Amino acid sequence: MTDTPPIKIRLDKLVKRFPGQARPAVEELSLEIPEGEILILVGPSGCGKTTTMKMINRLIEPTSGRILLDDEDVTHGDPDKLRRRIGYVIQQIGLFPHQTIAQNIATVPGLLGWSKERIAARVDELIGLVGMDPADYRDRYPKQLSGGQRQRIGVARAMSADPDVMLMDEPFGAIDPITRDRLQNEFLRLQAEIKKTIVFVTHDIDEAIKMGDRIAILREGSQIAQFDTPERILVNPADEFVSDFIGRGASLKRLSLSRVRDIEPSTWPTVTVGDDPAVARRTLEETDRGSLLVLDEHGAPRSWVTAEHLQRSSGIDGGLPVATVGSAATLSDTLNEMLTARYSTAVVVDDTGRYTGVVDIDTINEAIRGMRSAERERQRSSLAKGAAT
Amino acid sequence: MTIAVEQLDVGLRRRTALGWLVTPAVLVAVLVALWLIVAGRQLDSIEERRVNLAFIGVAAMEHLTLTAVSTLLVLVIAIPLGVLLTRPSARRITGPALAVFNVGQAIPSIGLLVILAIVWDVGFWPAVVALVAYSALPVLRNTMVGIQQVDESVVESGRGMGLSRLQVLTRIELPLAVPVILTGLRTALVINVGTATIAALVNAGGFGGIIITGLVQNRQLVTLVGSVLTAVLALAIDYLGRVAEEVLRPRGL
Repeated sequence: MTDTPPIKIRLDKLVKRFPGQARPAVEELSLEIPEGEILILVGPSGCGKTTTMKMINRLIEPTSGRILLDDEDVTHGDPDKLRRRIGYVIQQIGLFPHQTIAQNIATVPGLLGWSKERIAARVDELIGLVGMDPADYRDRYPKQLSGGQRQRIGVARAMSADPDVMLMDEPFGAIDPITRDRLQNEFLRLQAEIKKTIVFVTHDIDEAIKMGDRIAILREGSQIAQFDTPERILVNPADEFVSDFIGRGASLKRLSLSRVRDIEPSTWPTVTVGDDPAVARRTLEETDRGSLLVLDEHGAPRSWVTAEHLQRSSGIDGGLPVATVGSAATLSDTLNEMLTARYSTAVVVDDTGRYTGVVDIDTINEAIRGMRSAERERQRSSLAKGAAT
Repeated sequence: MTIAVEQLDVGLRRRTALGWLVTPAVLVAVLVALWLIVAGRQLDSIEERRVNLAFIGVAAMEHLTLTAVSTLLVLVIAIPLGVLLTRPSARRITGPALAVFNVGQAIPSIGLLVILAIVWDVGFWPAVVALVAYSALPVLRNTMVGIQQVDESVVESGRGMGLSRLQVLTRIELPLAVPVILTGLRTALVINVGTATIAALVNAGGFGGIIITGLVQNRQLVTLVGSVLTAVLALAIDYLGRVAEEVLRPRGL
């Protein structure tokens, strides 16, 4: 794996034994976490994933083993100082209810002795960064925020002193599915800018696949069942435990890994609203597709028309509704749009809403086949390499 | 749904400005009524000696001093002890410590007062000791409950951000425990105002002196004046305690 970035966090034979428990919660775990990536620790409840994460900032002290951050052994020394270097987000968020949003975010910068002006500027920057209006929100109390807004502030607070590393324990676990989806997307967009090293704990394999650059699937005792990219885990689960954990529909899940912009959209014959119906009829006769895509004067898709529509009306108007997707939509979302619209073709639009191409079931099928053969190719070449050495 | 619940919540917690005036108005009305009853009666010499403003003023001062000093001592003893007992390292002695304070409250205060008078002395300080023993438990217990009821996730996120144990205590746990601790203090104050009446038995003065005189010398008016004044004082202090809770409650809760 030559594409691996430098290692940010190294866990070296980490063991955690809680008093009065026969089996250690974490049994000799060694793990290397690459810089600037989201590493997901995922596994069934009780597998020790949260314990593992909390040992990184030493909220739980390891029984034995070492933690290295930037190749520096941080297993001993002041845990409070260590924690100020590491952002921490938990499912219950834990905002201080008696402090305003600004005071909450200012906690760590205050501990680090930043000047008042610098803290105030940082607070406003962060509230803006998580998509909220600083003037409106900085003096509010946590109780006056919705669950999704609190979670955003929780993330902002964790980033307050600009730590390289962030630990997130099921950060979107307690939020309704729609808001969760939005927050996940926002966070991925944010991460593309800030490039933190993130250790992210979840029990939800779908969230792991969506959020992770790399996933460590853990079984009891925090033993690594498989540690790989989401694609490779889905295509090639290491054993029965992993495939059981991924559950059914691995192929469907793979669809959430590819985006519309990753595949080649096909084209479709189009007409514009003001065009002569006779021209439109001719275009329709020339193509083997059974319909035309109507665009408005700005190039945004409006409707599908068939020969029937063109005969009935004098101008080009009416027709069947169009399902549109952006170029950042996942194939899974796209497929969903198609099924919802009862039309096997989704229209791809750019940021301004203009038509750029179409995606149909065949295109998606092609994409899945491509992923499979790419994976087979990779396995074959690694086998060949293994045989050569 | 949510909005309705929130409004109800606010309605229960926040009194209107008018609501805050009800208690003082009632207390003043009671005092005026008492004044009218006393003024409308021909007082005999015994009554005259007890029921006059100068004597009542001295008794009120004694009563307030007893209450204030004992509550202050309770505050100084019970709050730090309550904090200590919630520390994880003190978990072992929490049970025994609470048992000791339970005994303090379980012994009838009059019994304790008499014992103290026999083995030690009569007067102000023995009375204060009896009051402290009697009223320390609510403050101690409320301090502990107040700290323990702080949401664990808030403490965890504080620790996770790099606040030390002491910083978590002073910046998060104590401020969030303030409402519960204040309720405990108000309870102690009211207990002390009431119990201070029996301090007169060991020569520590207060409104209790007026009540006892009335009973011993069979002057119902004197007893009435003493009891009503004690009740009004207790209610007034309870009211002031509520005002303090309202003012000192951390914003955002």
